[in-house]
Amino acid sequence: MKKILFVSRHAPYGTSTAREALEALLAASAYGQDTQVLFMDDGVFQLLHHQEPAALGQKSLGASLPALPLYDVENIYVHCESLRERGITKTELVLDSVQIIDSQAVSRLLAQQDQLLSF
Amino acid sequence: MKFSLIVQAAPHSTQASTSALSFAEALLRQGHELHRVFFYREGVHNASALTAPPQDEPNLPQAWQALAGKHQIELIVCIAAALRRGLLNEAEAQRYQKPSANLAPGFILGGLGQLLEAAVESDRLITFGN
Repeated sequence: MKKILFVSRHAPYGTSTAREALEALLAASAYGQDTQVLFMDDGVFQLLHHQEPAALGQKSLGASLPALPLYDVENIYVHCESLRERGITKTELVLDSVQIIDSQAVSRLLAQQDQLLSF
Repeated sequence: MKFSLIVQAAPHSTQASTSALSFAEALLRQGHELHRVFFYREGVHNASALTAPPQDEPNLPQAWQALAGKHQIELIVCIAAALRRGLLNEAEAQRYQKPSANLAPGFILGGLGQLLEAAVESDRLITFGN
């Protein structure tokens, strides 16, 4: 089994990056590997509660995220400094099972992986 | 070493696709193996048969085709990303009743599973365009 980390670094709307990262992550989880995800930089905006993008003609990305553990993506990491720089607290996140980690822990996490997929 | 590449950027818009191509050529020159190139997101435009840049500029879809033909490399285009962006092969053009197909020869529509398979089978998976 390989350790594969998806790194999602873009805001949920404005570009398709975050949505297509999530699609790839959900597809990947079906292949029996150790699939994990790290949200950092503007990617942490994906985790906010109460996203209402209907006016943009978009579906809510945040609403899809609670399904991740059902897809066997159990290790969901969030970069602590990215949250802090954007004034987001843990209570505003749509998932309560995330692991909030600092920059040093991020570098250790990256070093443990067999493959990184960057979005 | 066995490599796979994921290309997420359109040709002729950013440097990423050209860099991916140069990287592919360099690794092959050094005796490594290129298992698969997976085109995702805007990267699907690399597979357009209709790209017609000015004559004094490189034609990236043609360059990918030439590389793949010479070294027997799989060029897989994510079908979900491609259909959204109007990149269709004959079968999909018929299925969706579109007036024509435009997927260049040498490129194959495939699923995200083939990206995962590349991640599992390769020693290195390198992302271009993000």
